Amino acid sequence: MMETTPRRRAPTADDLRRRPMRHLNERLIELALAACATVSLVTTVAIVFVLFSETATFFQEVSFQDFFLETEWQPLFNPVSFGIWELVAGTVNVVIWSLVFALPVGLAAAIYLSEYAHPNTRRILKPVLEALAGVPTVVYAYFALTVVTQDILIPLAGEDDAIFGDRISFFNSLGASLMLAVMILPTIASISEDAMANVPRDLREAAYGLGATRLEVATRVVLPAALSGVVAAVLLAIARVVGETMIVAIAAGSTPNLTLSPLESIQTMTGYMLQVGLGDAARGTVDYQSLFAVGAVLFVMTLALNIGAQVLVNRFREVYE
Amino acid sequence: MAVERAAAPLATLAASGAVARRQAVSRGSRYVLLGATLIGVAVLLFLGYETVDQGWSRLSIDFLTNYPSRFADRAGLRSSILGTVWVLSLTIVLAIPVAIGTAIWMEEFAPRNKLLALVQLNLANLAGVPSIIYGILGLAVFVRFLDLGPSILAGALTLTLMILPMTVIASQEAIRQVPSSIREGALALGSTRWQMVRYHVLPGAMPGIMTALILAISRAAGETAALIMIGAFTFIAFDNTSVQDDFTTVPVQIYNWTIRPQEAFRQNAAAAIIVLMVAILTMNLAAAIIRERFRRP
Repeated sequence: MMETTPRRRAPTADDLRRRPMRHLNERLIELALAACATVSLVTTVAIVFVLFSETATFFQEVSFQDFFLETEWQPLFNPVSFGIWELVAGTVNVVIWSLVFALPVGLAAAIYLSEYAHPNTRRILKPVLEALAGVPTVVYAYFALTVVTQDILIPLAGEDDAIFGDRISFFNSLGASLMLAVMILPTIASISEDAMANVPRDLREAAYGLGATRLEVATRVVLPAALSGVVAAVLLAIARVVGETMIVAIAAGSTPNLTLSPLESIQTMTGYMLQVGLGDAARGTVDYQSLFAVGAVLFVMTLALNIGAQVLVNRFREVYE
Repeated sequence: MAVERAAAPLATLAASGAVARRQAVSRGSRYVLLGATLIGVAVLLFLGYETVDQGWSRLSIDFLTNYPSRFADRAGLRSSILGTVWVLSLTIVLAIPVAIGTAIWMEEFAPRNKLLALVQLNLANLAGVPSIIYGILGLAVFVRFLDLGPSILAGALTLTLMILPMTVIASQEAIRQVPSSIREGALALGSTRWQMVRYHVLPGAMPGIMTALILAISRAAGETAALIMIGAFTFIAFDNTSVQDDFTTVPVQIYNWTIRPQEAFRQNAAAAIIVLMVAILTMNLAAAIIRERFRRP
């Protein structure tokens, strides 16, 4: 029959899709775009490969026990010793002290912005607070060393000082931690505020209806309801402190030190890595390999913190959305 | 007594005792919390004041056009500004196609399957990797393995990988903002998928993508640790002319001047911070203007 002969049939979508040139172009473009997307996958593979292959060679020179059970990090002078704990202690030191300052201030700012501030006030204050996150960390490092340590902490801890008891070291973890606290303040405040703003209105209204004051609603209803978001914010902030290099390298010193005291000179994992990077360690030396071993520990720590934060944020979304 | 209470007009109902105390605490808390919020702003202003106070007297044309020097009053930012401009320009050239390409593929082309979820998860985790890790990646792969040396090219490749995750994530956000009716309209009129993306989705998403890119570049402009790891902490007393040159950047120069004990170099560092912050604030302002200007009603 005439109607069924292919030639007279109107072209269907399938026919159009089979137009050879157009089809080829589309395929090429799609392939090029997909190739772009593989760059990020390749980056991850490269990071893992580089870290773990160099770390493997490192462990041919240095035993596992020395790395994880020794407490002294002494890579430059004989007898060399590669106990990671002094560097981990340095990192934990600045994490603790920066959170001591940033957590109360950041949470207070989040509560104010979410529960107290007029929308117009919030619209101005939040970006200003977030601007603190855009300041390059080398700038914070400059302040930590010159303004905080030299102009404030050292005069405070003068000869017969009443505040610190003992004299403070010129390079100390406190100066670095104060600036790290400023650096993570927007992370804690902004993400916690997002979490609090997501708490349903009915919870607040129920509490007000029972006679709770604004402060009671904020601290006993909204804050607990937003807790997983707040914890996620803190985990992300910790990850940023753990990975931050310039502030600790410049202001906290370069003395591996198994202490949590804020007044002593310490060295963090990142601080050690930068020190090796500055020294231009030759490839194949233990110095160069130790860079990657410490880097691998750092990578695993920040990855765990980030994944933890993502899990918490997702759980929070599931509950309220 | 009960009669007395009932007679009181509603407006004069005032709490007493424990309730009054709770209300007073709550009223007072407003100012305490506002104070805590303003600490961040105060610190920002104080640091800005300190920097200008320290560095303003060092700012001059000579400071911008002199090479670094071991004499603080003759040292300048010439090679570090040139190095910054070279490295950032190359980073932009490398990052634009890869970042936009990745975002388009993920939003418009990729099949919604496990692979896409993996790519997305991978991006989120890469965004959280510390910059110094990108630094040792660049050192091992670009500087040593590909033998590029501590060159502008190695620096730009490292920075590109560093800013890629956040640029892609923000670009995806921008592409998602384009209403799907526009996509459907284009497809219904016979566009191929690429024509739809090229002529309808991309123009709509462009302001958002530009904002993301500018913010990422301003992040790269302040990056120090990753560039020191690949070898940008060097003395450069010539003008960069090719991507194979050694280089240094303004943040690395700030680091260099900050760690010197002499007071005069601290002033140089403060002056260089003013230059860097003006550049970064300009970029952030540009991003904010683009975002406001093209904001969807």
